Amino acid sequence: MSAVTSRVPGRRSPGGWWRLRGGDPGQRASAMTWAALLVALLSLVPLGFVAWAAIHAGGPVVVATLLRPRVLELLVNTLLLEALTLPPAIALALATAWLTERTDLPAAPAWAWLAVAPLAVPAFVQSYAWNTLAPGFHGLWAAVAVSVLSYYPFLYMPIAAQLRRLDPALEDVAASLGNGPWRRFHRVVLPQLRLGIGAGSILVALHLLSEYGLYAMIRFDTFTTAIMDQFQSSYGGPAADMMSAVLVVMCLALLFGDGLLRRNERYARLGPGSARVAPRVRLGAWRWPSIAFLVLCAALVLGVPAVIMGRWIVAGGTEIWRPELVSAFWQTVALSTAGAAATTVAAFPMAWLCVRRPGWAQRVLEACHLYVSSLPGVVVGLALVAVTVRVAQPLYQTAATVMVAYVLLFLSRALAGLRPSLAQAPVELERAAQALGRSPMRATLEVTLRLAAPGVAASFGLVALGTATELTATLMLAPNGTRTLATAFWSLTSELDYAAAAPYAAVMVIATLPLTLILHAQSRRMSGR
Amino acid sequence: MLRDFPRLVRGLVVALAAFAAAPAVAQGNGPLVVYNAQHDTLTQAWVDAFTKETGIKVVMRQGSDMQFANQIVQEGAASPADVFLTENSPAMAVVERAGLFKPLSPELLALAPEQFRPSSGKWVGIAARSTVFAYDKRKLNADTLPKSIMDLAKPEWKGRWAASPSGADFQAIVSAMLALKGEAATRDWLVAMKQNSVAYRGNSTAMKAVNAGEIQGAVIYHYYWFGDQAKTGENSGNVALHYFRGQDPGAFVSISGGGILASTKRPTEAEAFLRFVAGKGGQEILRTGNAFEYAVGVGQASHPKLVPLDDLQSPKVDPTKLDSPKVIELMTAAGLL
Repeated sequence: MSAVTSRVPGRRSPGGWWRLRGGDPGQRASAMTWAALLVALLSLVPLGFVAWAAIHAGGPVVVATLLRPRVLELLVNTLLLEALTLPPAIALALATAWLTERTDLPAAPAWAWLAVAPLAVPAFVQSYAWNTLAPGFHGLWAAVAVSVLSYYPFLYMPIAAQLRRLDPALEDVAASLGNGPWRRFHRVVLPQLRLGIGAGSILVALHLLSEYGLYAMIRFDTFTTAIMDQFQSSYGGPAADMMSAVLVVMCLALLFGDGLLRRNERYARLGPGSARVAPRVRLGAWRWPSIAFLVLCAALVLGVPAVIMGRWIVAGGTEIWRPELVSAFWQTVALSTAGAAATTVAAFPMAWLCVRRPGWAQRVLEACHLYVSSLPGVVVGLALVAVTVRVAQPLYQTAATVMVAYVLLFLSRALAGLRPSLAQAPVELERAAQALGRSPMRATLEVTLRLAAPGVAASFGLVALGTATELTATLMLAPNGTRTLATAFWSLTSELDYAAAAPYAAVMVIATLPLTLILHAQSRRMSGR
Repeated sequence: MLRDFPRLVRGLVVALAAFAAAPAVAQGNGPLVVYNAQHDTLTQAWVDAFTKETGIKVVMRQGSDMQFANQIVQEGAASPADVFLTENSPAMAVVERAGLFKPLSPELLALAPEQFRPSSGKWVGIAARSTVFAYDKRKLNADTLPKSIMDLAKPEWKGRWAASPSGADFQAIVSAMLALKGEAATRDWLVAMKQNSVAYRGNSTAMKAVNAGEIQGAVIYHYYWFGDQAKTGENSGNVALHYFRGQDPGAFVSISGGGILASTKRPTEAEAFLRFVAGKGGQEILRTGNAFEYAVGVGQASHPKLVPLDDLQSPKVDPTKLDSPKVIELMTAAGLL
């Protein structure tokens, strides 16, 4: 068995420009292309808004709002947060992933799920818990600590998936050359994990840019909190718009950097046969310290919020279980499931094109889809408020606009859920259906969509996990009288009524916990094991 | 196929229109829409009592003063709101200047005494709150407290006081300072504030920090302290209130306002609601409830635990003169926003 590291092109085949018109003769740019184009155009709305706002405000105002000490302060804060959060988060994710995937840890699958479960605890609930536990806990270091705890699962998932997929042959070769276990990990395993670490880091970095609730509660100013402050004191205006522009640029820079990172190296194995399942390392004397480490992680990430919520619920007594909780729950269910359905539908054409019609045009459309999901909810909210109030009044403050915001914010999640399943649906069946007289559209819907059902479910779950706890865009766009679990929780905590807020947090966590199971299952399936 | 495209667009438009139409259809004779920048719990109590009395349904949108003021200006004649309630008057002034308030009836205006409504008669005072310096009584006493809010700009106060600059409450206090002391003095004070103060998000959070000994004092409104004392006192046990008095900008009493939008399609219901809030029913909720804001209605008493309004020696400021866009501009320039 040979495994060689060399350059090869990515998963898409080169050449074939304007492949959207179909590899097969006679197959024209279909409704799918148009639909994907429509979504792509929609996803350009936030970018267009920021550009329009900059032009509208004019050069002097742009310069005056951007070149001031406050912007520098926010920039330093944001960059420090990124720089200080990522390394410990990566280390924590690496350690957990290695323990659950490559050692003989008892009950490893359960620990693996526990490493993903924190995603059910929204970051603002996490900071609510820590704020209760240690009221003086705020500023940069507190922000870093809570961010690491809230977001390391985003790193754990890709790293663990990649660890499972590694070909142990390379490590064997390294061992045969006299490298000890530490050297092997450092020089053979770690470099191969670069892709997973990169993907996870981007995800975490984007979350750090866009999170509002966590940092507002822990008193750490970032661009996102500053934009919300501006929104609350002036409802838009050049200062908010220009800070949004800075955020958009930062997000695009991250995506671009990620693209560069992916380009060059080869990570797939070459050679016949399939890789053997890597042997698990015997922990031996390290077994109990390892378990203690995982218990400590779980206690910090899940235990603290659980205990604090429990404490507030007990302290609040029966009085805090008000009927509004029920209505908030159903409103959240309605908005988040409708959002998940809409996003899945909107992402389907693009996912289909990625699998069936790769080419440069597809790549451009895909980039539109992906960039918009990297934007903070506050930017998307600001853009949609401005657009609907000015040029689309009938859509202003309607559930439809909230849906559009959810679609834009979570398109990339839906794509990640749909694509693997679609790739597994054979194109031949679709063609056979066409040969039997169905239109290409009907063939896709009746054959491929059915085969891609698991992907649809995954997409739905991934998006619902996000929409159920979305705060900023919902606050800005929702119809009058809307109160979701997240917005009600936020309103109560801002009045310092932590006890009354506890049931909302608890319901949010319990309702989204099953969705993390989907996430967990999906990350396993993607790695094929 | 290309010919699928129009069908697809048509489908999409129909779907979106259906979504959009649902609330739009409901708007004709639907519930009264209140843009509420007041405390959620207080207005909810008003709404519940009002609905119980009249059977008129009310829907609230929760937000903050200046957000709603600017939002209403942007929405213009198409605003879904019928009634606008604020915590402070500057936001009312913004909407009034844009000409978007409906003039109120003389009977409605007569509910509040002259000093608690603008001379224009476009809106009416519904409650009032006093600026205070909430301080840690373990660390400060009568001799060491600031005599004027202007003193907090002095170097000796560096790192010793807090505020919530992003909130409408604090911005209203600054707008009073602007009206009383002028632009240059206010700008200098704000620049010094950026150096001296610690920024918290929300008045209650600032008070909680004083209570925890994180900071010696905070410029907030009075009712946060009374509200917490009435509950468990866990965030205010070590805190006492200092009223600046003597017509100091720091003794500013801010008027919460209520107004009816000119674009309302439910003027009768809107008038009934505002009359309830400014009148006996709403003011009594202030006297008996846990809001601890001052009642301002003619002949309406405030909560007995409060220091009487007449003892506060607050400066005279015409609420229509409070220029909050200027304040936001100054605060943004000072790096506080």
